[in-house]
Amino acid sequence: MSEDTINLQHRIRQLRTRGGLIAVLVLALVLLSTSWFTIDPEEEGVVLRFGAFARSVKPGLHLKIPFGVEKVYKVPVERQLKEEFGFRTVSAGVSTRYAQGNFTSESLMMTGDLNLADVEWIVQYRIRDPYHYLFRVRNPQQTLRDMTEAAMREIVGDRSVNEVLTVGRQEIATQVEVDLQVLCEQYENGIKIDQVVLQDVNPPDRVKPAFNEVNEAQQEREKLINEARSAYNQVIPRARGEAQQTIQQAEGYALDRVNRAQGEAAKFSSVFEEYRKAPVVTRQRIYLETMDQVLKLAGRKVILDEEASGLLPLMLFDEQGLVGKGGLK
Amino acid sequence: MKARLMLIPLIILVLLFWSAAYTVQETEQVIITQFGKPVGTAITKPGIHFKLPLIQDAHFFDRRYLEWDGDPNQVPTRDKKFIWIDTYARWRITDPLLFFTRLRDERGAQSRLDDILDGESRTAVAKHDLVEVVRTTNREFPVSEDQEGGEGEFVQEIKRGRVNISLEILKSAQERTSDLGIEVLDFRFKRINYVEEVRRKVYERMISERNRIADKYRSEGQGEASRINGEKDRELKRIQSEAYREAQEIIGRADAEATAIYAGAYDKSSQSREFYGFIKTMETYLETFDRETALVLSTGTDFYKYLSSGK
Repeated sequence: MSEDTINLQHRIRQLRTRGGLIAVLVLALVLLSTSWFTIDPEEEGVVLRFGAFARSVKPGLHLKIPFGVEKVYKVPVERQLKEEFGFRTVSAGVSTRYAQGNFTSESLMMTGDLNLADVEWIVQYRIRDPYHYLFRVRNPQQTLRDMTEAAMREIVGDRSVNEVLTVGRQEIATQVEVDLQVLCEQYENGIKIDQVVLQDVNPPDRVKPAFNEVNEAQQEREKLINEARSAYNQVIPRARGEAQQTIQQAEGYALDRVNRAQGEAAKFSSVFEEYRKAPVVTRQRIYLETMDQVLKLAGRKVILDEEASGLLPLMLFDEQGLVGKGGLK
Repeated sequence: MKARLMLIPLIILVLLFWSAAYTVQETEQVIITQFGKPVGTAITKPGIHFKLPLIQDAHFFDRRYLEWDGDPNQVPTRDKKFIWIDTYARWRITDPLLFFTRLRDERGAQSRLDDILDGESRTAVAKHDLVEVVRTTNREFPVSEDQEGGEGEFVQEIKRGRVNISLEILKSAQERTSDLGIEVLDFRFKRINYVEEVRRKVYERMISERNRIADKYRSEGQGEASRINGEKDRELKRIQSEAYREAQEIIGRADAEATAIYAGAYDKSSQSREFYGFIKTMETYLETFDRETALVLSTGTDFYKYLSSGK
């Protein structure tokens, strides 16, 4: 009986030690699991001990004091973060979907000439200083949004609506980027602005058709001008060519005329030179030679005696010329 | 039994320690009050700290830059234009002790800031024309094609500008909050916009402005086309007439030269003149006579004089 009791006591003691062992093991496991943590490659860890900054840790496996003595904040320092203004991406992908909601209160802004423009843009940034980002500013993300809206409106407020819609885009983005970085330094929010990118910049919806009409009118103007130019081009070069032709023809005439004159004059001079030496006979010769050719040429010849001149010769004419073919020789 | 008796004071000790210790986070600052009265200076160093248990209380305040977001407000400007303004500010608790006595907590501070900043911004906006709160500088707009010919009406000179006005508001807000233990760091107009009814009018104005520009483009196109047509006609006439003139000049010069050449050859002496008359006559006979010509010749002519004398 007493042996049994001893046995039982022993068993109980055994069980107790075993239970204690298990308890210690479980405790150790819990301790271990709450004292190690991992930091992903794009993150940086900030470790606080009793709320005070203790150290910052790089990516990898690390240990901390458990039971809430040390706490870890993980900040994605390497990741490029993005804020959207005037629109929201629902799911990014090959065909990105955008939220259907109306964000005009965010995007509608006044320009320097007191018109309105609908500006959508994004800000890309990184957390440069996790300590500042975590502990200097409450609500850093909302703060950044407020800052950005203020900076964008300040810049757009100093530009005309035309500038905002057309030529000024790049300059506006650059200027906002610079201003925003200055603000970030001022607020010590630990953010580095990578880029400000303007997305759709439009006139307000109600005004859009009128803007389109301006574009159409511009096209129409170009069209009218081009048509007129083409008519001009159809006529003027041809006229230039024709003018050249007229002038060339005149020059041709001139050459012809002068050369002929020179030729004839030379011919005359030479003949005259010889004529002067024997005028009477030369004259006689030329006359007779000419008569020779002329008489050969002429179809009908009527030779009348000097005294017979009067009515008679006229009677020999009929409608054909002279009466009788080959008659009267 | 004894061990259990020992446990009671231990638990009490732990509890005392528990109520004496407190941690200050990086984001916090603390003041200690004893029966409601602040004691000592503010604790801003993060970490674990101790106070007298039971009789001292710790009050935690934020040490970070805090946001203040203005209620969007409808405000008339000096030139009687109704606009919505939405403002924001950044502030922080610089003197928690003063802050605690004056404002008690953050909610108190926010409502005080509402009073001050909303009031100041209303006053400031009402003192200025609309363009002053929209623009910052008098920077010139690049003149685009559209604007040639009398835009001007909405480009007003400004004296102070948006940034200066918000700085003024900030400055007077800073003065008015200096005895509250807080500091306003920055104040800005987040959004400024027309109220709905005015916006509709602005749209109409923008539309009419665009129409005006469109009309200008159309009429410019027609005008330019007419100008080009006119130029074409003028150019055509010029080219043709110049060519005619030049041709006539060339012909005239050639005729004159030919005349001079002929005269030089024929007009040497009375003999040459006479010979020219003779030879030209002879040539003319040759050129003008042909087979159809009928000749009636008298024996009295030189050529046939031998015919009659030989009879």
